[in-house]
Amino acid sequence: MREELLAILEKNSRIDFKELAVLLGVEESAVLAELENLEKEGIICGYHTLINWEKTSIEKVTALIEVKVTPQRGQGFDRIAERIYNYPEVKAVYLISGGYDLLVTLEEKTLKEIANFVSDKLSTLDSVLSTATHFILKKYKDHGTIINKRASDEREVITP
Amino acid sequence: MRNFLSDKVTALKPSGIRKFFDIVSEMKDAISLGVGEPDFDTPWHIRDEGIYALERGRTFYTSNAGLKELREEISNYIKRTQGVCYNPDNEILVTVGGSEAIDIGLRAIINPGDEVIIPQPSYVSYEPCAVLAGAKPVIINLKAENEFRLKPDELLNTITDKTKILILPYPNNPTGAIMEREDLEVIAKIIKEKDILVMSDEIYAALTYKDKHVSIVSLDGMKERTILINGFSKAYAMTGWRLGYSCAPKEITAQMTKIHQYAIMCAPTTSQYAAVSALKKGDDDVEEMRQSYNQRRRFLLNAFKEMELECFEPYGAFYVFPCIKEFNMSSEEFATKLLMEEKVAVVPGTAFGACGEGFVRISYAYSLENLKEALSRIERFVHRLRG
Repeated sequence: MREELLAILEKNSRIDFKELAVLLGVEESAVLAELENLEKEGIICGYHTLINWEKTSIEKVTALIEVKVTPQRGQGFDRIAERIYNYPEVKAVYLISGGYDLLVTLEEKTLKEIANFVSDKLSTLDSVLSTATHFILKKYKDHGTIINKRASDEREVITP
Repeated sequence: MRNFLSDKVTALKPSGIRKFFDIVSEMKDAISLGVGEPDFDTPWHIRDEGIYALERGRTFYTSNAGLKELREEISNYIKRTQGVCYNPDNEILVTVGGSEAIDIGLRAIINPGDEVIIPQPSYVSYEPCAVLAGAKPVIINLKAENEFRLKPDELLNTITDKTKILILPYPNNPTGAIMEREDLEVIAKIIKEKDILVMSDEIYAALTYKDKHVSIVSLDGMKERTILINGFSKAYAMTGWRLGYSCAPKEITAQMTKIHQYAIMCAPTTSQYAAVSALKKGDDDVEEMRQSYNQRRRFLLNAFKEMELECFEPYGAFYVFPCIKEFNMSSEEFATKLLMEEKVAVVPGTAFGACGEGFVRISYAYSLENLKEALSRIERFVHRLRG
């Protein structure tokens, strides 16, 4: 049940216990217990909402920043990653294989604020060797969800 | 002018579904629960393989029986799901949907006056296909109290010395009923004793919600008596690709191949290439869809329970078949009234045989959001009828 429960929640974290129990064919108490375990074990780390900010009046600019760093003795990349992820404007930090080391997602209100963050905060960190900033122009699909999906059922209305 | 039309064809009843379709299609904002095909898109890797086949210019006929590679994959698939070996060279035929296989399978074995036993409620084309093949259809009216499974006494009472073949439509459209191993064993025994054949239409085999589907071919001595029908439409959400297949003893397959060869030539080439990918890499996709269907199935059964609408628990396909006898109206009246008053389309059980009277077919090949809205309308409707 664990895998199926996670698959449902990953798509819809607002679903209530009662409905989860129906969909999974188990008792509500079993769902509650399993959810508690999943949270305790740190498997479920949060329940977020996917927002299409473009449709609001709130301005947001998102950038993906490739960062090359020097790993530190005894701590590898963890120390520098922590320095970076502690900034609240940083939304995600990943250690990446290939041409660079860390991929940082940054969200700000304006281009200028992103530029400032990169030049004042990120580039000045001791172990940061270089950065390359890419701005996101449009989101087509995020977290497995197609933004602006056209919902149409092209099937014939009744078929045998 | 003379009447040029065939008496046999003129006498065929038009599909009961057609009539209802015309009413529904005129209602723009109705929610339909009447569709007999998956709501999922064909998994991307399958579509991609079809596109790739077109890009490489694979646009010619294949051999009559179908691409060898596809027949080999079908053989592997039956082996790994049912433990039965079919020779891809002479026991497997790739057809235009499972429907073609039903049609030519019957035509390959029927002589005038032969009887074909058809349990109902079931898919709409068995009876006309039997008639067109020159057979006499003999109907078994399955019972709700048996969860619409075929019982040995029902079969025994119907077999005559003219009986040639039994059609075994499980997992079943429209009821969602399945036949488990114990159910099949007694049927298989009768089939062998009475020396008849069986056409096992297993197009919904991948969609069961109890144990894995058991095919009658996997039972002792049944392979040589069975025309197994399956296809890609339901399991892989590939209805529009029109691709199915039959597995049958080589003597029967040879006759079927002749009809197929003269009438059809071969199944669509693009679809055949795509289907190879479905069988090789599609297991996870099927499982994911099966899981979604199962969640919706549980949701519907729970909703019926809450509104106290009688419905046996179906373990296959993507249909539920609730009983509406308490409202003292015919299935067609119920469906029409539901459509007019709440704009929800369901299919009257009678579209699948007279014994579907008192039931309606509800398809759950729809998103949960869709089902929720439709079910809340049905609940309102049912409460109003009860007063």
